[in-house]
Amino acid sequence: MADTAVPLEAGAETAHRPGLLKRILFHNLPAKIAALPMMATVLVVFVGCTIWTVYYSFTNSKLLPTGKFVGFDQYERLFQTSRWNVSVTNLVAYGAMSLVFTLVIGFILAVLIDQKIRFESAFRTIMLYPFALSFIVTGLVWQWIMNPTLGLQGTLRNLGWSNFSFDWIANPRMVLFAMLIAGLWHGTGFCMVLMLAGLRGVDEEVWKAARVDGIPTWRTYVSIVIPMMRGVLITAIVILGSGIVRLYDLVVALTNGGPGISSEVPAKYVFNYMFSGGNIGQGLAAATMMLLTVLIIMVPWAYLEFGGKGKRT
Amino acid sequence: MSQTATMTGSAPVASGEVVEARGPRPKPFFTPRKIIIYSVLVMFSLYYLFPLYVMVVTSLKTMPEIRFGNIFALPQAPNFDAWVKAWTSACTGLTCQGLSPGFWNSVKITIPSTIVSIFIAAVNGYALINWRFKGSEIFFAILIFGSFIPYQVMLYPLVMITREMGIFGSLQAVILIHTVFGMPILTLLFRNYFASLPQELFKAARVDGAGFWRIFFEIMLPMSLPIFVVALILQITGIWNDFLFGVVFAGTQNYPMTVQLNNIVNSAQGTPEYNVNMAATVLTGLVPLTVYFVSGKWFVRGVAAGAVKG
Repeated sequence: MADTAVPLEAGAETAHRPGLLKRILFHNLPAKIAALPMMATVLVVFVGCTIWTVYYSFTNSKLLPTGKFVGFDQYERLFQTSRWNVSVTNLVAYGAMSLVFTLVIGFILAVLIDQKIRFESAFRTIMLYPFALSFIVTGLVWQWIMNPTLGLQGTLRNLGWSNFSFDWIANPRMVLFAMLIAGLWHGTGFCMVLMLAGLRGVDEEVWKAARVDGIPTWRTYVSIVIPMMRGVLITAIVILGSGIVRLYDLVVALTNGGPGISSEVPAKYVFNYMFSGGNIGQGLAAATMMLLTVLIIMVPWAYLEFGGKGKRT
Repeated sequence: MSQTATMTGSAPVASGEVVEARGPRPKPFFTPRKIIIYSVLVMFSLYYLFPLYVMVVTSLKTMPEIRFGNIFALPQAPNFDAWVKAWTSACTGLTCQGLSPGFWNSVKITIPSTIVSIFIAAVNGYALINWRFKGSEIFFAILIFGSFIPYQVMLYPLVMITREMGIFGSLQAVILIHTVFGMPILTLLFRNYFASLPQELFKAARVDGAGFWRIFFEIMLPMSLPIFVVALILQITGIWNDFLFGVVFAGTQNYPMTVQLNNIVNSAQGTPEYNVNMAATVLTGLVPLTVYFVSGKWFVRGVAAGAVKG
C-alpha cells in the first residue's frame, strides 16, 4: 500500500530531463494545485502517519516518541498483557456475533420490508433512526435501560416477576451480550437499507422464472437471490468489519471497559496507553496490530474486487 | 455493487422506492403470512423505539419517581427541570455549566468542518474526473483504501503534527482532522456524481476558454445541488456524533457535546441523577435526529452512498 505512493514523487529523479519534468509539474497545473489538499492527506496522513506508527512501534518510546529500536519487544509485552489479550478475545467474540447477527437481522428485515407491505416508509424510518445517533448516545441510553436496580430488571421485579434477571451490563460473563444489544440496535437498520438495495437490484424476471418453476419462496431467496447479492453482501461485511475493529465510543459510553476489564477492546487499549498511560510504544504496537487486522480483512476483498481485471467503477 | 455506485447521483439509491404494485391484488388482508410479517416488524419496531421512549420519559420525571423503579411508567407530572439542569448546570466532573458550552462547541466545530470538507472534496472529485493528471487515480485509490485504516493508527502522529503547527487543543485542529478523515467518502461521492454528468458541458466550456475554477463555480456547482445535500447530511450527523477526535484534538475548553455528555453521565461525582442524564442524552441526540427526520429519503441516500465505497 505504501509502496505505490513512492513513484509519484519521482519528479526529482527525472530532473535531468527538463521537458518531462515540466510536463509532470505543469500539465493541468490548476488541477494539481486544487488537488494539493488531497495529495497532502494521502501522503502525509494515510501513508506517512501509518508508516510512522509502524516504525515507532519497534522502539521503546515512553512519554515521547524518541526511543531506540528494540525489535519486537513491544509486541512481546503486548501479548503478555492480560488486558490486551482480553481486548482481543472480546473483539473476536463480539465481532463475530455482531457481524452474523447484523447481517442476518438486516437481511430478514429487508426481506420483510420487501413484501409490498403497508407503512413501509414508517417501518424504515423507525429502523434507521438509531443509526443517526452517536455511539455515545446509544451507549448511555442502554446503560440506563440495563441498570440492574432501576432499569428493566428492577422494573420487572417491582411489577411482581421477582426472579427476573437482566444484569448483563454488570456481569463479566454477559457484558459482551449487553454490548451486542446496544450495537445491534444502532447498526441493524443500516444493514437493512443495504440489503434492501441489494434485494431490489435483483431482476423481477428472476422471481417470475422461479415462480413458474414452482420453487418455494424461501428456496428462491436462499439459492438464487442471496448468491446474486454477493456484491452487496461483501460490501456490507467489509464496512461492518472495519467498523467493528474501530469499536471505541460505544464501549466508553456503555461500560467503560468494565466490570473490571471484561469489556475492554483494542481501540481503547491503544487510546489509554497513548494518552493516559504514558507508554507510547505499547500504544503504537497495539495500533499496528489493529492495522494488521484490517489488512487481513481488506486485502482479500481488494484482491477479489480489483485484482483480476483492474476494473474500477 | 458497481451498480449501486453509479446510482448515488440522481437515481434513488434504495434502488427504486417501491416498485408500483402490478395490478389489483384481491386477497384478504389478514392472511397468516401477513400476520407473521407484521408481527415480526412490529416486534422489531418496539425494540428500536423503546430506548427513545425510555429516554424521553425518564427525562421528564423527578428523581423520587425514578427511584420508585418503573422504567415503563409515564411521568406523573411531566416537567422540564431535568432539561434545564442538563442544559445549564449539570456537572461534567470539572465544571458545572451543563451541556450548553458543549452544544456551542459542537456548532463551532460542525459548521466550519462541514463547509471546508465538502468544498475540498467537491474540488477533488471535479479534478479527478475532468482534469485527470498523472497519478491522480493512484492518489484516489490510496485515499479510499486509507479510509479503512483504523483512526487509532494515525492518531499519535497527527497529534504531533498539529502540535508542530501550533493548533493542537484548538478548534482549528478538530476542523482539520474532520476535513482529512471526511475526505475519502466525500471525494468518492463527488467523483461519482461528476462522472455521471454529461461530459459535453465541460468540453463546451473548455472550448469557450473557461478555466479550471470558472468551470467549477459556474457550471459544475450549480448542477450539484443533490449531491451537496447528501454530503451535508453525511457530514453534519457524522461530525456532530464524533467523540474520538473531539476528545483528542479539541482541548478541554472546546470539548464537543458528545464528550461533555459522556463526562456528565460517566465521570460526575455523587449520586447519579438519571433524569438529568437522560435529558442531556436527548439534547445531544436532538440535532442528528432533526436532520434525520427532516431530510427523510435524503438520509437514506447518504447512508447508501456512504456505504458504497470503491
